[in-house]
Amino acid sequence: MDDLLSEFLTETGESLESLDVELVRLEQDPNDPELLSNIFRLVHTIKGTCGFLGLPRLESVAHAGENILGKFRDGELPVTPHAVSLILESLDAIKNLLTALEQTEAEPEGDDSDLIARLNAMANSKSAPAAKAAPAPETAAPEAAAEAGEAADDIDDEEEDVAALIDRVGGISAVDAAVELMYRKIMKDPELAPFFDGVDMILLHGRQVEYMTAALGGPDNYSGDDPAVVQKRMADKGMNGGHYDRIAAYLRDALVELEVQHSAIDDVFELISALREQAVGETADAAAPGAEGPAGKAKAASRSEQSGQTSVASQSVRITVDLLENLMTMVSELVLSRNQLLQILRKYEESEFAAPLQRLSLVTTDLQEGVMKTRMQPIGNAWSKLPRIVRDLSHELDKKIELEMFGAETELDRQVLEMIKDPLTHMVRNSADHGVETVKERAVAGKPETGHITLNAYHEGGHIIIEISDDGRGINVEKVRAKAVANGLATEAELDAMSEKQIQQFIFKAGFSTAEKVTNVSGRGVGMDVVRSNIERIGGHVELKSVTGKGSTFVVKIPLTLAIVSALIVECAGERFAIPQISVDELVRVSPNSEHRLETINDTPVLRLRNRLLPLVELNELLKLGGAPAPAGQAEDDGAEARSETFIVVARVGTYSVGIVVDRVFESEEIVVKPVTPVLREISIFSGNTILGDGSVIMILDPNGIAQATGEVLAAETMHHGGKGRDSRDARGSDRTPMLVFRAGGDEPKAVPLALVARLEEIDRTTIEESNGTPVVQYRGQLMPLIAVDPAFRLEEEGRQHVVVFQDSDRSMGVMVDAIVDIVEDRLKVEIESAREGVLGTAVIAGKATDVIDTAHYLRRAFGDWFQKAPRPSSNGGVSANRVLLVDDSPFFRNLLTPLLSVAGYEVTAVQGGEAALGLRESGHDFDVIISDIEMPGMNGFDLARAIKQDGAWKDTPIVALSSYASKADLEKGRAVGFDDYVVKLDREALLQSLTQSLSAHRGAA
Amino acid sequence: MTARKTSSAGGEEPTREFVTITVGKQLCGIPVLKVQDVLGPQKITRVPLAPPEVAGLLNLRGRIVTAIDLRCRLGLEARPEGDEGMSVVVEHGGELYSLTVDSVGEVLRLPAGDFETNPATLDAVWRHFSEGVYRLKEGLLVVLNGDSLLDYGSRVAA
Repeated sequence: MDDLLSEFLTETGESLESLDVELVRLEQDPNDPELLSNIFRLVHTIKGTCGFLGLPRLESVAHAGENILGKFRDGELPVTPHAVSLILESLDAIKNLLTALEQTEAEPEGDDSDLIARLNAMANSKSAPAAKAAPAPETAAPEAAAEAGEAADDIDDEEEDVAALIDRVGGISAVDAAVELMYRKIMKDPELAPFFDGVDMILLHGRQVEYMTAALGGPDNYSGDDPAVVQKRMADKGMNGGHYDRIAAYLRDALVELEVQHSAIDDVFELISALREQAVGETADAAAPGAEGPAGKAKAASRSEQSGQTSVASQSVRITVDLLENLMTMVSELVLSRNQLLQILRKYEESEFAAPLQRLSLVTTDLQEGVMKTRMQPIGNAWSKLPRIVRDLSHELDKKIELEMFGAETELDRQVLEMIKDPLTHMVRNSADHGVETVKERAVAGKPETGHITLNAYHEGGHIIIEISDDGRGINVEKVRAKAVANGLATEAELDAMSEKQIQQFIFKAGFSTAEKVTNVSGRGVGMDVVRSNIERIGGHVELKSVTGKGSTFVVKIPLTLAIVSALIVECAGERFAIPQISVDELVRVSPNSEHRLETINDTPVLRLRNRLLPLVELNELLKLGGAPAPAGQAEDDGAEARSETFIVVARVGTYSVGIVVDRVFESEEIVVKPVTPVLREISIFSGNTILGDGSVIMILDPNGIAQATGEVLAAETMHHGGKGRDSRDARGSDRTPMLVFRAGGDEPKAVPLALVARLEEIDRTTIEESNGTPVVQYRGQLMPLIAVDPAFRLEEEGRQHVVVFQDSDRSMGVMVDAIVDIVEDRLKVEIESAREGVLGTAVIAGKATDVIDTAHYLRRAFGDWFQKAPRPSSNGGVSANRVLLVDDSPFFRNLLTPLLSVAGYEVTAVQGGEAALGLRESGHDFDVIISDIEMPGMNGFDLARAIKQDGAWKDTPIVALSSYASKADLEKGRAVGFDDYVVKLDREALLQSLTQSLSAHRGAA
Repeated sequence: MTARKTSSAGGEEPTREFVTITVGKQLCGIPVLKVQDVLGPQKITRVPLAPPEVAGLLNLRGRIVTAIDLRCRLGLEARPEGDEGMSVVVEHGGELYSLTVDSVGEVLRLPAGDFETNPATLDAVWRHFSEGVYRLKEGLLVVLNGDSLLDYGSRVAA
């Protein structure tokens, strides 16, 4: 239901209830101006709100009622019981409309002109119209009317026809008057009067009105006994069919007196006789309840029973959120004290406190749950706006989308609910906007024209899982890749090493989605980083699964509540900290003898955990606790031994796992997260603080903050080595390069730059097939040729085969090796050039002479057309230590050409783009020749050449263009912007030749 | 019971009451109504990465109190090792802070006539934190302004 509408219903329900009371008071004390103006104000507010919400039926009824109240207030109209009951009747009408509104969320069809006419007539007259208002018993009338209108739960289709009858009779007030007249006649009848001796006539009157109203199709509020029971009772008193006939006659007279249309009267009696067939003694039935003891009580009971079934308004109690929060805080404290007590109790084996404490503990748990429940709201509240959003979007975008929602009744903490409302809306909007295709696109893709977005919420072990899935186009991995590179979020090399799923996660990265570029590039993603950070802020996380062409699913996992969390207590450098249990995946104990070891890559500690490298964060370094220096940091190979035992808390932040190195791990405790004092709020590593069971204050670590901080640390480190380091060393082509060391045919290690390697695979040998005399394997939907390094290699029949996969764009090739030895980071400097095929030369890697594999050789063997058959490059013709700057956006080619050129005797510096190249120029580097790719994101080769030749230190440096395409136009253009030569990519001979020529020409010129 | 400028029964000039503290060698005063508690040495939880003057957090009857080292805040040298000092707990913006000082003295009722604004030559840090000065027989008492001491939004560059 619309928020606005439900609020209106609750509020109006409250107003109406107080109006009922106030009007009755007014009737008793007609001259209280304060009361009157209060009533007037309430009705006026209802009218105003109805008008605002576009509820014309309600508005007109309220307006007519307000008119009368206005006259009351201005003294133009006396406050008569009849007038009050008329107003009450209008309030009842309003209530009925509200009930229908609550059920259907729309104003029901219908006509209130009769009521309004009577209200207006009242407003315009000086006194009540006599015809309709035979002076009703003073208290009974409003009450009856109020009850009559209280609520009609079951508004069914039939009602309209029958309702017409009660309207034709003249409404409830006419029935009221008719019954009044009828009873007067009955009481004058000596034969009938004795039956009613000692009966509470006012009550009877009310019952009768209720019964008749119901019978005539008005609201059914009959609160008396079953007609058959009444009939039996009356029969016991001696009432017979003749008596009933007389009563009926009096009723008819009364109706005639009230100038009710004859046709209507006939219909009424047709109805009554039909009812009499079921239970003879209809009209007098109401006599019975009077004999039934305290009528007021019975009525009150039935009333409360009724209101119990009816409106939201009377069911709910509105409490300020503050009060609830306060309760929650107190309960949280209670839970903590309880925990504290239990902790103390644990020290004593036998204690007389044990039993009462156990009870206290149970009650506390129940209380906690109870208070939690008061904060629980169905998740549907957060969804209520979604159908509308999806509907609007689908119209706007010309799509057909069906939104399905499951588990709307799943409850979660209102604080959590508030926090996920926006992210959810955002994800659904994204799904509708970017996920689901247009009708036309769907037809082309062979999908049904209506797209589906499904929301599904359910509980799972203290968490709520919300899935948002669509059957749209999914996430285009290629576009995400391109975007990630363009935005500098990752390099091609990093992306190459990632799985599709990992690449898809980029849509959650800040800076990935920069407004309009994203909507058409990535397919979706505006503000997904915000979505993720919002969800993570409440300790949840979001996962994405997407299959191109099939659709995407976001899985959001959030804790049920934020107030009390379970946390792991750890110690580091003598200080204790809490880590929310929800983000802890596992604990790893590391000691010299355990299977897990701390290792280092370039002084960065990592943990080998189930064949994965887990980045580690030393908590005492991160927090600058200044404990014992982390041995792993400075360690050589035996570093891990310096510390006898360490614990690693594997924390997960989204899809990123990080190991937090701590000294000790204690048990987990339930804690109440309290916000930190403003002074400390800037420290992102803490999410709050709390008081533990032993009374000490403890800081709560925020894994998000840690991940961010380490990200920065890592970035800073990369900067350090990649930036400064490159200045001094890398610029000379002797920086450390990660190398994959493996064994293939023979004991001597072989190496290949890791950046060239797409993946390491183990392939079941039985899946290896043969094609054209070459072993191939089906790999990711393609046939991948497998090449052996060792010519004498013979494929075994069974077992698993290690394969190093190389990939360039959509082609993959596998090199079969005997064993993967290690990944080491070392300077790649080919000391001895090799004459052997497939080997670039020998370099010292990790202290051992290692053959550096010529990847190009194997690529050529796998795909004949990958490179032209070129003879091995001739030894460099004495041109030594020529410095080459290689500009190429593809890490593949950078890594391919770097060893190739260094073999040819050049000192190679490779950068991935024009901007980076110019950056080197600014920092004063000098090169003898520049080789640049043409097609590059950002600044392309032409722009770079133009920039270089324009002026600056490099304007005389020869530039060789390197491109996959070499059309004449390109050549012309290249020369025009200042390229000295133009070489087709991968023609090494030509490249080397061109370099030599350019250099000698340059030297000659210089 | 607001910041008391009580006029005593005898119709004397208005007075204010201060809890006297010493920080370094300086006698200071904190309006008595601001002071919630006076504490001896407490078990303090250090907060890594916090500003230097934040000594840590402590648990005062179930509430977390931020301990501020007043010496550090006022730009004085740190207390000698082993001297734990005492603390005065004040409230600011709904949060409790414990100001760690060298010692806490008596409560003084001081006449307004002895009050003077800060001398113009006072150090910028002190001028920011000081409301003014009372001339006492035994020396000068600097009235510390709890709000500016704890208002980190407008921290002066110390």
